[in-house]
Amino acid sequence: MSTEQQVGTTSPVPAGDTAPIVRTLTVAASPERAFDVFTAGMARWWKGDYHLGDQPFVDVVVEPREGGRWYERDADGAECTWGRVLAWEPPGRLVLAWQIGSDWAYDPGLLTEVEVRFTGMTGADGAVTTRVDFEHCGLEAYAKRAVEMRASLGSPGGWGGLLEDFATATAG
Amino acid sequence: MTTYGTVLDALGDPTRRSVLELVAERPQPVGELAARLPVSRPAVSQHLRVLKDAGLVTDTAVGTQRVYRLDTRGVAALRAYLDRFWDDSLAAYARAVEQDPAAPEERP
Repeated sequence: MSTEQQVGTTSPVPAGDTAPIVRTLTVAASPERAFDVFTAGMARWWKGDYHLGDQPFVDVVVEPREGGRWYERDADGAECTWGRVLAWEPPGRLVLAWQIGSDWAYDPGLLTEVEVRFTGMTGADGAVTTRVDFEHCGLEAYAKRAVEMRASLGSPGGWGGLLEDFATATAG
Repeated sequence: MTTYGTVLDALGDPTRRSVLELVAERPQPVGELAARLPVSRPAVSQHLRVLKDAGLVTDTAVGTQRVYRLDTRGVAALRAYLDRFWDDSLAAYARAVEQDPAAPEERP
C-alpha cells in the first residue's frame, strides 16, 4: 500500500528514527463501518502471527469506552493485555495506548499512541467513502524505556538489539 | 562484560542520569542542558563525553553548536519494523472493511 502522505506535525519535528508512522487510506464504506471494523472487528484483520500470548488469539477486544482495555483472548479464554483506550469517539476518532514492547510483550511502563481518524466523504456519484488517517506516535518512548531498563539493571530482555549496538560501539 | 560495565558506569552518577533523561526528552545543545541542571557547563560537557563513550548519546553539529540526542539506533530498526507491520495490517484492514459483511471471511 503506497498511500502514505507526509503530514506535518505541530510538535517540534522529532528525529527521523522516532518520527510518527503516518498513513492515509480511503475505504469504500461509511465512517461508522470503518470505525466498527477497526475496533469490534479487529480480529478479522489483525495478523494472526502477532499474538502476545502463548497461543494464537481467537479474538481481539477493544472495549468501547475511554479507559477500556485492549486485549487478545485465546481459545482457552486466557487474556493478554495490549494497551487501553485513550479516546473513544465513534465514528470519527479513536486513540489507543499501544504498550507493546519491542519483543512483542506487554509493557505497562511503555506508552505509545495509535490515533485513527475517520472522515466520511461523498463522491460526485454519491458514493460514500471514508478517509482513514492513521498515526502511531510516541515511539521515542521505546528509547526512554531502554534507558530506564538499563538504569534499573532490570531485565536485559526487550532491548537486546540495543545492547548489541553498545557492544559494537564500545568495542570499536 | 565490558559493554554492560561501561553503560552502568556511565549511569552510575545521578547527575549523569539526569543529563541522559533531559537528552531523552528532546535533542538539545550543552548550554540548554546546563541551564536546566545545577551544574556548570564544563561539568555537563564531561558527563556528555562519558555518555557518548558508552554509546548512550550521539551528537551532531548544528551551526556552531553541537546538539546531543539519545542514541536510538535500536529504535530506528524498530520503527522500520513497525512501518512494515502497519503497512501490512492496514492493507488487511482495508480489505476487511470493503468485504461484504455477509460474505464468508477470507483467511489471510
